[in-house]
Amino acid sequence: MSRRDLYENLAEIRAQLGDKRGREFWRSLDEIAETEEFREILHREFPPQAHEWNDPVGRRNFLKLMSASLALAGLTGCTVQPKEHLVPYVQPPDNMTPGLPQMYATAFALGGVAEGLLVKTYDGRPTKIEGNPDHPSSLGAASALAQGSVLQLYDPDRSQTLGYIGDTRAWGEFLNEIRAAVDAQRAKQGRGLRLLTETVASPTLGAQIKSLLADLPEAKWIQYDAGSGDGPRLGAQMAFGQFVNTVYKIENADVILSLDADFLTQGPGALRYAREFSRKRSVVDGRNEMSRLYVAESMLTPTGAKADHRLPVRSVDIEALARAIAVKAGALSGDAPQLSADAEKWAAAVAADLKNHNGKCAVIAGEHQSPAVHAIAHALNNTLGNAGQTVVYTDPIEESPINQIEALRELVADMNSERVELLIILGGNPVYTAPADLQFLDALRKIPLRVHLSLYNDETSEYCQWHVPEAHYLEAWGDARAFDGSVSVIQPVIEPLYNGKSAYEVMAVLLNKAGQTGLDLVRDYWKSKIKGDFETVWRKALHDGVIPDTALPAKTVSLKGDWASALKPLEAATGIEIVFRPDPSVWDGRFSNLGWMQELPKPITKLTWDNAALMSPATAVAKLNLAPEGKPYEANGKMIEIEHGGRKISAPAWVVPGHAADSITLALGYGRTRAGAVATGIGYDAYKLRTADAPGMAAGVKVTVSGGRYDLASTQSHFAIDGLEERQIIRTASLEEYKKDAGALFHPFHKHDPPKEMSLYPHYEYNGYAWGMVIDMNSCVGCNACVVACHAENNIPVVGKEMVRRKREMHWLRIDTYFHGSIDNPQTYFQPMLCQHCEQAPCEVVCPVNATVHDAEGLNVQVYNRCVGTRYCANNCPYKVRRFNYLLYNDYDTPSLKLQRNPEVSVRSRGVMEKCTYCVQRIMHAKIESEKENRKIRDGEIVTACQQTCPADAIVFGDVNDPESRVSKLRKEPRNYGVLAEIGVRPRTTYLGELRNPNSELGSTGQHREGHNG
Amino acid sequence: MADAMKQTGQEASNAAYGPPPVIGPGHTFASVTEKIASIVLRKGTKRGWMVGFGLSFLGMLMMLNTITYLVFKGIGIWGNNTTVGWAFDIINFVWWIGIGHAGTLISAILLLMRQSWRTSINRFAEAMTLFAVACAGLFPALHTGRPWLDYWLFPYPNTMGMWPNFRSPLMWDVFAVSTYATVSALFWFIGLIPDLATLRDRATSKIRKVIYGMLALGWRGSTRHWSRYETAYLLLAGLSTPLVLSVHTIVSFDFSIGIIPGWHATIFPPYFVAGAIYAGFAMVLTLGIPIRKYYGLDDFITNRHLRNMAKVMLATGLIVGYGYAMEAFFAWYSANTYEAYMYKNRTTGPYWYIYWLLILCNIAVPQLLWIKKYRESTVMLFVISMFINVGMWLERFVIIVTSLHRDFLPSAWTMYTPTVFDFTMFFGTIGFFLTLMFLFIRILPMISIYEMRTMVPEAKLKSEAHASPDKPAMPPAGGPQESPA
Repeated sequence: MSRRDLYENLAEIRAQLGDKRGREFWRSLDEIAETEEFREILHREFPPQAHEWNDPVGRRNFLKLMSASLALAGLTGCTVQPKEHLVPYVQPPDNMTPGLPQMYATAFALGGVAEGLLVKTYDGRPTKIEGNPDHPSSLGAASALAQGSVLQLYDPDRSQTLGYIGDTRAWGEFLNEIRAAVDAQRAKQGRGLRLLTETVASPTLGAQIKSLLADLPEAKWIQYDAGSGDGPRLGAQMAFGQFVNTVYKIENADVILSLDADFLTQGPGALRYAREFSRKRSVVDGRNEMSRLYVAESMLTPTGAKADHRLPVRSVDIEALARAIAVKAGALSGDAPQLSADAEKWAAAVAADLKNHNGKCAVIAGEHQSPAVHAIAHALNNTLGNAGQTVVYTDPIEESPINQIEALRELVADMNSERVELLIILGGNPVYTAPADLQFLDALRKIPLRVHLSLYNDETSEYCQWHVPEAHYLEAWGDARAFDGSVSVIQPVIEPLYNGKSAYEVMAVLLNKAGQTGLDLVRDYWKSKIKGDFETVWRKALHDGVIPDTALPAKTVSLKGDWASALKPLEAATGIEIVFRPDPSVWDGRFSNLGWMQELPKPITKLTWDNAALMSPATAVAKLNLAPEGKPYEANGKMIEIEHGGRKISAPAWVVPGHAADSITLALGYGRTRAGAVATGIGYDAYKLRTADAPGMAAGVKVTVSGGRYDLASTQSHFAIDGLEERQIIRTASLEEYKKDAGALFHPFHKHDPPKEMSLYPHYEYNGYAWGMVIDMNSCVGCNACVVACHAENNIPVVGKEMVRRKREMHWLRIDTYFHGSIDNPQTYFQPMLCQHCEQAPCEVVCPVNATVHDAEGLNVQVYNRCVGTRYCANNCPYKVRRFNYLLYNDYDTPSLKLQRNPEVSVRSRGVMEKCTYCVQRIMHAKIESEKENRKIRDGEIVTACQQTCPADAIVFGDVNDPESRVSKLRKEPRNYGVLAEIGVRPRTTYLGELRNPNSELGSTGQHREGHNG
Repeated sequence: MADAMKQTGQEASNAAYGPPPVIGPGHTFASVTEKIASIVLRKGTKRGWMVGFGLSFLGMLMMLNTITYLVFKGIGIWGNNTTVGWAFDIINFVWWIGIGHAGTLISAILLLMRQSWRTSINRFAEAMTLFAVACAGLFPALHTGRPWLDYWLFPYPNTMGMWPNFRSPLMWDVFAVSTYATVSALFWFIGLIPDLATLRDRATSKIRKVIYGMLALGWRGSTRHWSRYETAYLLLAGLSTPLVLSVHTIVSFDFSIGIIPGWHATIFPPYFVAGAIYAGFAMVLTLGIPIRKYYGLDDFITNRHLRNMAKVMLATGLIVGYGYAMEAFFAWYSANTYEAYMYKNRTTGPYWYIYWLLILCNIAVPQLLWIKKYRESTVMLFVISMFINVGMWLERFVIIVTSLHRDFLPSAWTMYTPTVFDFTMFFGTIGFFLTLMFLFIRILPMISIYEMRTMVPEAKLKSEAHASPDKPAMPPAGGPQESPA
């Protein structure tokens, strides 16, 4: 209830007052009405302590909770309480109706690079993140990480107070001290000042830092970001002699070679690339051409899963493969390195195919690959005439591209020789993420004054005298460049919840401009840059989410003549390699305290709440003897010890089909010691093995089996399946087969759908709308964006590792992963699985209390209030998409988390069944709008949360009663089929079977009649 | 064993006079009444009873604790998961309901078929039925996510204007089980009335006289009473008879209406009913053999009873075996991928040992009943009946859990692991059941006195006095033969 309503309901309040008897006093009108809001205000007097615990509340957690309560209860006296306005709007702002959401454009930066977003806010509370359709990097989609970041805003474990060695201090005190320290530096040209940031692609922040460096010429600025590698920067240096930014035009590429690059789901531009890739491979509306994708990689990534030909190869061997292909394609002279027979054949076919597609192919090197591989990719692209066609170079989007690892190494050397007097760390968590061999922490402690700005009081904050709570990007002004250079203004949508400061504001302090707000800083910067009427352009930029004409122009760079001479001779890297990769769910550890991200099943492995040492079946069985022959999955969870550079970690093994042999992939971002209640202490810390010399991968490590087991929580069990072929859950064909006979493989004769009449119960008539969904498996890249979107939209609870282990995760939408062919290099298929809204729904028949019913538009509706929880519906669901609240999973206690919830969706309590509703709240919203205008709902007007955020446009929703709707047209495609439709449930959600476009020279890969599930 | 030998000897000697009697020799009206009523009316309680009751009561307390925790915390304390939504809860429900079948079968169907040997076992079989149904009823009531809303399953007039869903087999269950419980209770109580009157008349303490007196509903044993009583009893028997078939048929619908491979089978109704009778008789033997021994009731529950029950078990066990065979046959004959995989998974999947244990318990071991020596041996019968009790529980595990844990989409396949609360709930209901059984044998006549009186030769003599003069006049009235107990 808004306060406005409250006052309108004065009559009711009087009535309530009239009922009060005796010594009952009331403190405000709110209390009388006993609104949520009032309780909210009451709660906010105390910092929120309750969290989703990682494990059930035990004695330790209880003690932690109690001691934290005591400690923080004392602290509240020191902070100024946020102002509470109790007066309703006399004149409400334009376009604002209480209860209706508003969308604001902003941007989310990861590794400095922006992703354009729209933030949905209800009465000032941001609740959900969607992609910004007007933004070139997003085109309406948002990555899983960006969507998860809204939960970070409300994370009760975020740092809430400015502190000096554990004491709470006022901002003024900090100002005084830091000013004095900077002034002292000013006297010595900044000799003792170091500024450590993450990668900066923000023009405003870059200008601020550069102006500081101009003032203090001897100060140094170091950028370090553990989530990205130096390869792209140094590779460009090698090839062109300058830093460039590489943008791929996937939509122009007929043949793509990825060298260890997961370009569809990770790195700058991934959302855009996924969209272009899926368009290029969209075989609908009579179009029957698709591009061809070759991927060579160690760990099976979503990109590798989409490959027409994938070569599992150790990351350290990628360079040899790249050189071989370059030699064969004429981009490199000299002898091709010796490859294995398989790789040789693969390289030859790929090189030939690339050469056949001059100017229409692209070679993409992985973010974490060595500079040499990047240089070779540049050379290949140049030789093949792709530059300017499928590959475009621009000036770097970073403000100051550097060799980050070397810069960090230098900083540590300076710190050790006590040349550093003041270190200011803006964001990042270097104590946790710095390469282990640099001994960053030991060096850090030698600095007299250390300042850390960060969202959390984390591992680094612990060792810095000053800790400044950082404002979340949804709380502070800023700007950032996207993958193509377009600048977005990062627009806050809420006042800082905990008085956080942004990096811009801290920089302003260092520049002696402490009074300036974030808005002033960003505006002032752009005032000088924007031509024309500033106010108009600025307002438009805020509205559109991108400042016009800021995309960097393409520039022509030429390959250095002697680039190849910089290639070091190939060393034979023997033994087992380890590969470090940011975790797909928690990245370098910055999202590790978010329950959503921890519980998000990682692509391919489907692991939650942990990282594991990922390895191939062959390595687990033959090399490490972790499992008997033929049963590689028995290795899962067995502990191994990995030793590298004199450091050792223990990690549980996890077998991944298609992983390269003799290679172990370690995900970063886990094993944190000071991350918050959710993340502290889970997983192992792979940073402990990561050295400055080999930040991406290292060969020749020592792996021993240490014995013992660790329980990992995976949402999809692993085992071989007989008869998966027979089930025809995944229907697939090659493009050639499809061209010959479009329907045959998708409608095998023994899998016909039973006639409509073959049912005991009468059929429903749909006279108005009939909602349906089609999912194009050719497009889906398995990036998990839809899963997080569904999580945020539908108030889905986080259940914790123990519950996931007991197979009680609550995701309404999951991405099923199936493998086909040999376990060493299978073909991988993704199948988003959600409620199929069957027309003869088996769940509806068996519910004894009519809690799940069919509506007039074909939705299979779950009535939470009516559900008593017999679970019969879930048992009888052939797709197993129904989710049961076995315990009270939703957090009813943490006040800050309540702010995130979508007010249009019920928060389910214990004991009720729930499932995908086709986002019925969005359907109702569109219906109301259309009825107001006395018209039918237009095709495409309703966009479900999963559809909205899908970077690959794989999901289409609409009215199947309307023959002109997109969804109706797709349902007529020859590839359209219903999963399990042959059992007569008549699913409303159908799938377009996946096509692959294999190169006939390599043959169709792995067509063994053997399936397995992972 | 010695007793058994003696009995066998006696029966052999009686064989010359037709079928072995259903009551030991030497009994009169008075001795029967005295023998059965004394168990109830004796002063003081036997130590053995106290120990047994105490242990059972502890089990019941464990159940009550589990239920309390369950209602406060949610059914997540059990091991059920998203894929396997039903597990111990419904296994136990079906198991107990199955056990509850013998009582009505013995009381009603055998009464209508004039199987006079039923008389000495019907009372406690009926009690067992009632208590088993009480245990069974707990599970569907508590397995729901919000048990306080269970009443929504009943069609009652309400402000929401909502009816339950009459298409749902769970709905049918509500009717089937509640009808069965009501009719069984009525049948049992009506059968008790003349005996309650006997107890009233024989009781010495005031309290007993009053309580038994009230329960006896003013029974005076007049001819009119008897005439109406016999009619009512027969009518109720007629009413119960279809229930024996309907209850487990409808319970089997819970599965066969579902579409899960391993559930969706037309053979379920007959196969479930046979299984229920099988389980019920096994439980009657499990309880009857020790009680007979402990209270020295060999004369009333004779070896002929045990033998007949063994034969019923053998027959129903073979029907159940046929059911298993048909499941296998249809898995192959239907040429349905899912069915075929279901059967393969049962026999060789991760729960293969449960399936083969089931075959051992329900099919292999009971074949020993073909051998007469084993049918005559109380020890062997007891052991075999225990095997069947376990086997029938495993059968429900196989049907429910192994069908669900791997159904259509392999991505959702999972394993089921019970938690400690699954076990405390299950063993707790056994404690609850035994508690009720112990109370029953202590405060009510466990064998129908008036019906047993019709079994003694005296009764036969009086009714057939002129029809068969050649029967020897058997012992004189009086001279109650106290058992050594």
